[in-house]
Amino acid sequence: MTVIEVRDLRKAYGETVAVRDVSFTVEAGEIFGILGPNGAGKTTTVECIAGLRRPDQGTIHVLGREPHDSTLRYEVGVQLQESQLPDKISVREALDLYASFYPDPADWRALTRELGLADKLNTRYVKLSGGQKQRLSIALALIGSPKIAILDELTTGLDPQARRDTWDLIESIRDSGVTILLVTHFMEEAERLCDRLAVIDHGEVVALDTPSGLISGLDTEQRLRFRPSRPLDDALLTALPEVRSVKRHGEQIEVIGTGNLLHAVTSTLAVNQIIAAELRIEQASLDDAFVRLTSRSGKE
Amino acid sequence: MRVFAKLTLTELRLFLREPVSAFFVLFFPTLLVIILGSIPSFREPSADLGGARVIDLYVGIAVALTLAMVAIQIAPAVLATYRERGVLRRLATTPVSPLKMLGAQLAMHGITAVVSTALVLAVGRLAFGVRLAEQFGGFVLAFVLTAAGVLAIGLFVGAVVPSGKAGSSVGTILFFPLMFFAGLWTPREVMPEVLRKIADFTPLGAGERALNDAMTGSWPNLLSATVLVGYLVVFGLAAVRLFRWS
Repeated sequence: MTVIEVRDLRKAYGETVAVRDVSFTVEAGEIFGILGPNGAGKTTTVECIAGLRRPDQGTIHVLGREPHDSTLRYEVGVQLQESQLPDKISVREALDLYASFYPDPADWRALTRELGLADKLNTRYVKLSGGQKQRLSIALALIGSPKIAILDELTTGLDPQARRDTWDLIESIRDSGVTILLVTHFMEEAERLCDRLAVIDHGEVVALDTPSGLISGLDTEQRLRFRPSRPLDDALLTALPEVRSVKRHGEQIEVIGTGNLLHAVTSTLAVNQIIAAELRIEQASLDDAFVRLTSRSGKE
Repeated sequence: MRVFAKLTLTELRLFLREPVSAFFVLFFPTLLVIILGSIPSFREPSADLGGARVIDLYVGIAVALTLAMVAIQIAPAVLATYRERGVLRRLATTPVSPLKMLGAQLAMHGITAVVSTALVLAVGRLAFGVRLAEQFGGFVLAFVLTAAGVLAIGLFVGAVVPSGKAGSSVGTILFFPLMFFAGLWTPREVMPEVLRKIADFTPLGAGERALNDAMTGSWPNLLSATVLVGYLVVFGLAAVRLFRWS
């Protein structure tokens, strides 16, 4: 079931075209990522979906309704970038206030436990660290038990541990049936969390696929390094169709190739009773895919 | 209604957590009455003031001062800060309209102004024998008209300034001339004729005059009421037109 449908979205601010041509759909229960460099039009796109801005052209449907339909406010939780609370409001007061906006709010005590804010309930907003403010903002987006959560730059400003905890939380929220639209410029996050991704650059969708689909679409070479248990002839490896070249770095051998390189090399080694010690594989990452995609469209 | 009450309560709490502004709004006008009332000659009827006492006049001026602080110094800063920091934008993504939040702020400003005014009137009455407004309905009307006129100006400032800091500065710059014409330094009764004419057309000059009318037993004069309604309409409409949520 499609819960968000964006078709031919266009939005300009005066002369500057922020979003030129964006179309995608988000299915129920998935974590859909919008990935792109700064200024690509990610935030404008989600602000249109959240009903905060009206598109110049194109159509958007959220749960089958227009984005500015006020009934959607009950079903869509939004965490905005650079949106703060009054300095002197305490965490408890903010949660209690926002919970009162919804007929059937989530249990905010449980939320604060999951987000590591349980011991900060009496702390005022101004005294929270950047990461704690961010987590409170996430809690406020989830407090109405939404069907869809829109999270903009979710883990910006969090330390690595808090970031991982937040990812776990997002996965558990998705497991409870919430569809998540995630805006990020952070590859590791997109690769770890997203079922599908739209890569946006210069206001256009340049790719739309799963993270692994984006990576494999690159058809880049892979790199294998290992130390053989006994001396070995390069020809043994270069004879394989998957292998493009073999280099030696002292005791280490580096094999560059494509396709199912790992399987081809290890089975040849096994046949020759050679053990590959300290085996490491370097594969193309989403990072590589992203750089490739965005630099291509940048040259147009 | 429950949400509105909760928003108002939250706004009140936040207001009370700013000790300096809370003190000035809630207690400074009363303190002014106490200080002036402690000067013996200010408690004597004066021929220059048409037989009234200085302290009688200053109770009305202190009420105007309360409204000036709330509407001109506090309201624009709070409004602009909320906009600047995305508080209103965030609210726009929830089922609660940011308009409700603005309503809650007005309610909070209204409550603090009424409390401060009640304190001024009570101390004036109990400590210095200043009679409570003889025309009570007129006093309420004058109070509401003055509050509406100056709040419209305050919201206008809050709508057009870029930041909370700017709202605060503009408010302070406006505060002194407005309070001058309200007679904080020279009561209207002893102002030179020209100044008095000008004062009649300023929001707090008109407000103070209307309040004083009611204190001495008549309904607010037509000119003052018209001037105040004018400020409400002009600045209120401009504020609504120019206001941006983010």
